Amino acid sequence: MKTKFVSLVVAGMCAAAPAMADLVIPNLSYRTGAYAPGGIPYADGFNDYFALLNARDGGIGGEKISVPECETAYNTEKGVECYEATKGLGSLVYNPLSTGITYQLIPKALADKIPLYTPGYGRTSAANGKVFEWVFNYPANYWDGASVAIKYLLDQNGGDLAGKKIALIYHNSAYGKEPIRTLQDLAAKHGFTLSELPVDAPGQEQKSQWLQIRRDKPDYVLMWGWGVMNQVAVQEAANIKFPMENFIGVWWSGSENDVVPAGAGADGYKSLAMHGTGMDYPVYADLKQYVYDAGNASGNGDQIGSVLYSRGVYAAMVIAEAARKAQELAGTSAINAVQMRDGLEALEITEERMAELGLPNFGQPFAASCVDHGGPGAAMLQQWDATAQKWNLITGFIAPDQEVLDPLIIADSEAFAAEAGITQRCN
Amino acid sequence: MPEQLLYAMEVTLNGLMAGVMYSLVALGFVLIFKASGVFNYAQGVLALFAALTLVGLKNGQIPFAHVINAIFGTDLHTFGWKLPALLAILLAAGVMVLLAVIIEKLVLKHLVSQAPIILFMATIGLAYFLEGLGDVMWGADIKKLDVGLPQGISETIETLTDRWFGYGFFIDNLDIVATLVAVVLVASLTIFSQYSKQGRALRAVADDHQAALSVGISLRFIWVLVWSIAGFVALVAGIMWGTKSGVQFSLSLIALKALPVLMLGGFTSIPGAIVGGLIIGVGEKLFEFSIGPMVGGATENWFAYVLALLFLVFRPQGLFGEKIIERV
Repeated sequence: MKTKFVSLVVAGMCAAAPAMADLVIPNLSYRTGAYAPGGIPYADGFNDYFALLNARDGGIGGEKISVPECETAYNTEKGVECYEATKGLGSLVYNPLSTGITYQLIPKALADKIPLYTPGYGRTSAANGKVFEWVFNYPANYWDGASVAIKYLLDQNGGDLAGKKIALIYHNSAYGKEPIRTLQDLAAKHGFTLSELPVDAPGQEQKSQWLQIRRDKPDYVLMWGWGVMNQVAVQEAANIKFPMENFIGVWWSGSENDVVPAGAGADGYKSLAMHGTGMDYPVYADLKQYVYDAGNASGNGDQIGSVLYSRGVYAAMVIAEAARKAQELAGTSAINAVQMRDGLEALEITEERMAELGLPNFGQPFAASCVDHGGPGAAMLQQWDATAQKWNLITGFIAPDQEVLDPLIIADSEAFAAEAGITQRCN
Repeated sequence: MPEQLLYAMEVTLNGLMAGVMYSLVALGFVLIFKASGVFNYAQGVLALFAALTLVGLKNGQIPFAHVINAIFGTDLHTFGWKLPALLAILLAAGVMVLLAVIIEKLVLKHLVSQAPIILFMATIGLAYFLEGLGDVMWGADIKKLDVGLPQGISETIETLTDRWFGYGFFIDNLDIVATLVAVVLVASLTIFSQYSKQGRALRAVADDHQAALSVGISLRFIWVLVWSIAGFVALVAGIMWGTKSGVQFSLSLIALKALPVLMLGGFTSIPGAIVGGLIIGVGEKLFEFSIGPMVGGATENWFAYVLALLFLVFRPQGLFGEKIIERV
C-alpha cells in the first residue's frame, strides 16, 4: 500500500514537472487577492504567447517551452517562495511583475546565476549592466516614464514649464517612490514646482490627497499607482472636476481596469504606454487559430487584447527572442540560465523583427549590451475615450531626457555596487 | 475668514463623511460581537461577497460560469438579462440571509460553547473560504457597480458655502447618501433591538446566552438572525465602497478601516460605531491636513490606530463599550 502511494506521488510529481529538455520560464503571477485584476490579464498574455510558440512552431529552436505558474498574490514573501520552489526546475529567467519581489530576488538571482527580466518595473538603476549583470529592464523604466511625462508636458507648453505646478500622487511603497528623485531633478531643471502626495496601500481612501489637489490647483497631476488606488484616484479626480486631460498616469495606471469603474468621468484621462494595445496586430490571427480556438487560452480567455494582456504578450515575446538569441550564441537549443543571460544581453529587437513576429509598431526597437540593460526608455501617451471604451494613442514614442537620467542611474547603481561588493564589468 | 480655517472646516466635514463610511463597515462587526461575543474576521469579506453577488445578479452573470465552461466545454457567461437595481439589491440581501443559514448550519452550530478564540479562528477560515468562493463564482475582474447613487461634488453645498464664506466646499454626493443611509440603518437597528421580540431575544443572548437558552430562546435562530443582519449591513457597505472604487477584491480590506473605529467606539455599541467612525474620520483627516505635510504625508492609516489607542488608555472598553468586571 505504502509503495503504491509513493509511486503515485512520484508519478504525479513527474507529470507536474516539466520535461528536462523543456525551456522552463516560470510565470510568477497573481490571480488572487487585491491586485488580481492587474495580475490576471498579464499572466494570460504571457502564457498565451508561449502557448502559441509551442503550438505553431514547436517551441523555440525545437525545444518546447514550459511555463509553470506560481501564485504570488503580489506578496513579496510568496514571490520569494515561488522563486525558490521553481528555480530547481532549470528556470531560465524570472519576470515577477512586482517591484517588491524584484528587490528581494536581485541578490538571489546574482547568487544563483538566473537572470531577472523586469520590463517597466523593478529597480530602475538595474539598467546599468556594469553593476547589474543578471537584471534586465528594457525597454523602459520608471525614471524614463517620469521623464517622458515631463517631456510631453514641455511639448504641450511650448517647451516651458517654468512656474507650473505639478503634483505627483503615488502609491506609498518602493514602487510609488521610484520617480520622485527624477521628478525633483527635472523640476530643478525646468523650473516647475513639484508636490508629492503619498497614498497608503491599498488606496481606497484618498479624500485628503484630492482635497489638497483641489486647494493647490496644480496644472498637472502625475500618478504612480497600482490596484484599487488607480480606480479611486480617477474617480476622485472626476469628483473634484480636475481636468482629466491634465491627469497622467504611469503605464501601471493605464489599463481598462483603471478607468472603467469611473464611467464617463474618466473620459480624457491619459497614461504612458510602452507598447501598443488592442487586437489589430497579425499575431492575434495566429493566437486565435492555435491557442484560443484550440481551447488553450489561459484563464477565462476574457482578457484578450486588453492593455495588461498586451504587456504580458510583450514580455513573453522579448523573453522568447532572448532565448532564441541565447540558442544561437550557445550553439545549442537546450540552453541554461547562464546562456539565457547572454541572450538577454545580446538581444536586438528591430522593427523588422517585430513585424515578422506579427507585432509591427508594437514596441520600440532596442539593442541591449553589456552596459545597457535598460533600453531606450521611450514611451507613448494614450488617452481614454469613455464613449468608445478604448485607449487611443495620441503620440509616437517620446525619448526620455538621458542627460538627467544617466547620472541618477550611475549614482544609484554604484551605491548598490559598493554596498554589495560588486566589481563593475564591461570595461 | 482666514483661508486655512476654511480649509480646516472643509477637511472636518469630509472627515465626518469618511467616518460614516468607516462606521458602515464597523456596524457589522458590532452586531455579531454584541450577539455572540465573536469578533467576525470575515466581515470585510462579507462586504466583498455581497457586492460581488449584487453586481453578478444585476448584470445577469452566470455564477461559476468559467468552472462550468471548463468542465463541459460550453461558452456560457450571462443569462442575457439585466435586473433593476432595487430587485438586484433585494435578491443579494436574500443571498446573504441564505449564507447566514449555511454558516450557522455548517460552522457555528458545531462550535456552541467553544471558547471565543475558536469561533474567531473559524471566522478567519470563513473569510478565506468566502474570498475564494467569490472568485470562483463571479471572477476576479473589476466590476463597475451602478445602482443609481449620485457621485461627484455637491453643487448645492459648493454654491452655498461659496456664498457664505467665499470658498466653495467639496462634499461628495455619495458621502451624503452614505450618511443618510447610516442614519436610517442605525435608527432601524436601534428600534429593532429595543422594541421587537427578536431584538429583545437578541439582547438577552448577548447578555447571557445560558440564561437566554433556559427561557426558551433559540440560540441557533439568533445566530442566523444576527448573521443575516450583519450580511445586510455588509451589503450596504459593499454598495457604498463598491460604487466608489468598483467591486474588486481589495474591498475586503475596508475592514482595516473599521478596526480603529471599533477600538474607539467599543465592540458592543451601535451608536459607538457611528461616533467612533466620526471621531476617527475627523481625527485622521485633520491630522493629515495639519501635520501630514510636515512628516511626508500618508499618515491616515497609522494615525487612526494611534487615536484609537489614545482613547483606550482612558477607556479600555471604548467610548460606548460595556465595562467588563471579572472578580477573582
